[in-house]
Formats: sequence, structure tokens, C-alpha cells
Amino acid sequence: MPHVPGTQETAVKLVGVNKWYGKFQVLRNLNLSVARGERIVVCGPSGSGKSTMIRCINGLEEHQEGRILVDGTELTDDGKIGDAIRREVGMVFQHFNLFPHLTILENCTLAPMKVRGLSKAEAEEVAMHYLTRVRIPDQAGKYPGALSGGQQQRVAIARALCMKPKIMLFDEPTSALDPEMVKEVLDTMVGLAGDGMTMLCVTHEMGFARQVADRVIFMDKGEIVEEAPPAEFFDNPKNERSRQFLAQILH
Amino acid sequence: MELNFDDVTRYGALLIEGSIFTVVVCVAAGLVGLCLAILFAEGQRRAARALRILIRAYVEFIRNTPFIVQLFFIFFGLPSAGVKIDANTAAFLALTLNVSAYFTEIVRGALETTPKGQYEAGAALGLRPRQVFFHVVLRPALAKVWPALVSQFTLVFLGSAAMSQISAEDLTFAGQFIQSRTFRAFEVYIVVTLIYAGLALAIRSLLLLSGGRLFPWLRGAR
Ligand SMILES: Nc1ncnc2c1ncn2[C@@H]1O[C@H](COP(=O)(O)OP(=O)(O)OP(=O)(O)O)[C@@H](O)[C@H]1O
Ligand SMILES: [Mg+2]
Repeated sequence: MPHVPGTQETAVKLVGVNKWYGKFQVLRNLNLSVARGERIVVCGPSGSGKSTMIRCINGLEEHQEGRILVDGTELTDDGKIGDAIRREVGMVFQHFNLFPHLTILENCTLAPMKVRGLSKAEAEEVAMHYLTRVRIPDQAGKYPGALSGGQQQRVAIARALCMKPKIMLFDEPTSALDPEMVKEVLDTMVGLAGDGMTMLCVTHEMGFARQVADRVIFMDKGEIVEEAPPAEFFDNPKNERSRQFLAQILH
Repeated sequence: MELNFDDVTRYGALLIEGSIFTVVVCVAAGLVGLCLAILFAEGQRRAARALRILIRAYVEFIRNTPFIVQLFFIFFGLPSAGVKIDANTAAFLALTLNVSAYFTEIVRGALETTPKGQYEAGAALGLRPRQVFFHVVLRPALAKVWPALVSQFTLVFLGSAAMSQISAEDLTFAGQFIQSRTFRAFEVYIVVTLIYAGLALAIRSLLLLSGGRLFPWLRGAR
């Protein structure tokens, strides 16, 4: 089901991005343009820089060379711009990173209240809306520790959505989950994709990629090696490294 | 040997007053000390280098000198620097500084165990570092070291007996006073000892119990 983005406006743009950890270059000349409403799946071997790229997009990591534009605004060293951009970009982590001392509802209302300035009542209304969307409104009063991994990850998705982000980043959202919980999280993400959310998702869930991705990006050794629609990438990879990688994950 | 508590009971009111003062000054010092410790601990991780060194020096100085010397230092030192201070205030000040240094070490250790993901999740939601600290990091960190804080507080509470040496009107001071009037040293200190033991146990249990209220998410998890 290939998706044609409604507009060709650019949500995220990377131009010649380079990044080093000390002398080690993690990102090499990344060029990428993500249209509004586009769904990108990023895959590649461990250590290839997928997380680093995603984390640069919401300013959790700094890049040293090149430009990153989010929603038309360039990420610079200016902390204020970083804050402004992070508000528009939601992120879901591999290990959920819910706040253990806050209830599910409070996890979802904290940032809207402190960052967006919503009243408690407004924030709770938004939170319940998204908790219903991810199908766990009945857990709102519990603490994260009382929830299963799959439920926690769905809460993490709802928590990010409560900030009404324009772009959602996912960094291996299902790889810390027990197999039986992967589907509930992927279903939530498929639903989100159906709403037209711009998504960049690091995942090795090939079924998900085939179902929702407009493009698959394959990274290796800090480079974007191949970029293609999922059907093309999985069935007919052009690059030798992509082929090796696919052979490995498909056993 | 015959024990006679009649003389001691005549001074019961003094013992009660002394006990109340001991508890109030220690609890107040504990609360203020904890607030300072939170600032110092976070300061030691994030503040400018000069400030970090200053905090470090302060903590080490306090932890490597006897409490009673700190007490004298403040009570006799401040007046010669031109600051007038009475014994009770000096005692409160010394206790606060003392407890804050020990608490700083405990809180700092707790902050260090905060998973990186918590900071990242906070930042990714657009929270500023200060908001992440106060709304995300702090409470789980305190919860983790609550028993250690309570133990340390109990030690400070018992050590507070030293403040009688500058004639702050605490429980030990009351004991010394009654003893000097009645010459019933043994009886007086039996009573004083029992009061200390009772108070220490009560405070410790109360604080440990209140941990359940302060940190409700841990209920059932432990
Ligand atoms: N803070 C850091 N300091 C130094 N090196 C780092 C740091 N973070 C990541 N790296 C290195 O950068 C490289 C890319 O890391 P990254 O986490 O982006 O890879 P990844 O593609 O997400 O891998 P994985 O599939 O294992 O999550 C790795 O070699 C890693 O060791
Ligand atoms: Mg990664």
C-alpha cells in the first residue's frame, strides 16, 4: 500500500551531515529529505549509526558538519531553537523510558503542562484522548511498573503524541519487547501512520516496513547506502551490503 | 544502690522541653539540610568548575571534622567575625551544615544512578534541564536512598547531644541541669537515655513509613 504524501513540503532535511565521536566518524555525509506525512523505515547493522542519526534530528546529539532542518528550521547550537524543535518532534525509545514515579496519566500530562502551558484539565483531556487511541485508558491511574512492556511502549507513544508533534521518531520501539507484545505496538504505529503522521522509524520489523513505509533507508558504517520503496528494497536490493544484511535478518 | 526518680520527675517539664527542642531543631536542620544537599549534589554535577570545587571542599571539610568542633567554630567563631548568634541558633546552623554535607554525598550517589534514558526522555519531550531535574530525576533518586537518608538522620539526631556543650537547651542540656541540681546523675541519665532511644526509634520508624507515602510508586514493587 504505497502512500502518496499529501504535500511535498519537507518535514526533515539532512544536508551533508557528518558527526564524529572523537576520531571515530559515526555519520558520513548524510543527505535525506523527508516529506510531510512520509513514513521512513531505517535499518542497518548494529553500530551503523541509525540511532545517532535519529537522535541528531531531535537534537539529543549534536552534529559537527552539515545542516539539519526540521520543519524548515535549522538545528543550531542555539539552545532555544533546540527546545522549540524538540517540542515538534516526538520520540519513542527502545526501552520506553517512562517516568517510574508518575502515573500513566501524569507521564502524559507533565510535558504538555510544563512545556506547552496547558492547564491540568486540558492536559488530562488530551492525555485520555491519546491513551484511548493506544487502547489503555483503563490503566491511566497506574504506575509504569505495573504495566507490561507492550503497554508501557504504547504509553510512551501516547506520551509523545500528547505534545502534538509534527514528526515522530522511533528507535527500535519493539526490540526490547517479548514477541507476543510486538504486534500490539506495531498495530498502534500502523494506526498512527494511517493518520498521516510523518514518521522516521528505526526497526527491523520487515512486515511493518512493507505495510507502512514509503521508503526504506539502509545504513552501514555511518552512510546511507541504499534508499528504496520497501518492495524494491526487500525483493531486489541493489547494494551488496544491503543484500548481506537482508540475508542475515531473514536467516 | 538505691534508685530514686522522685527528684527527676520533679523536673519532668524541663525534660519535655529539652526533648521538644532536640526534635524540632533536628527535624528543621534535616529539612533545610536536605534542600541544601539537593542543590549541592546537583551543583556538583552541573555547576561551573569553580563552584563544583567549592562544594566538594565544603562537603569534605564537614565530613572530616568532628561535629562538636564545627559547633564551637560557629558559636565562638561567628561572634569574633562580628555576627551575633545565640546558642540555639548556632546549634541549628551547625546541625544543618553537618547534615547537609552527609546528605549531599548520599543524594549525589543517587543522582548518578539515574538512567540516561530518563534525561533523554525528558529532553525529547521539550522539558528544560531544570524541569527534567525537578520533575523527572529527583524523586526517584530520593526514593532510592531514602533508607540511607533516614539512617544518616538518626546518627545526626543522636550526635546532636553535643549541642548541650554550647548550652543550647536540648535534652542533654536539660539532663545536665537536673543532675547539677539533684545530684542524681545515674537516674537522670537513665531517663535521658531512654528518651533518646524512644525518640530515635519513633522518628526512624515514622520516616521509613512515610517513605511509602512520599514514594507511592514503590508500593508493591518492593
Ligand atoms: N556516546 C558515544 N560515544 C562514542 N561512540 C558512540 C557513542 N554512541 C554511539 N557510539 C558509536 O557510534 C556507532 C553508531 O552507534 P548507533 O547507536 O548510532 O548505532 P545503531 O545503528 O543505532 O546500532 P544498534 O542497531 O546497535 O542500535 C557505534 O559504533 C557506537 O559504538
Ligand atoms: Mg540503535
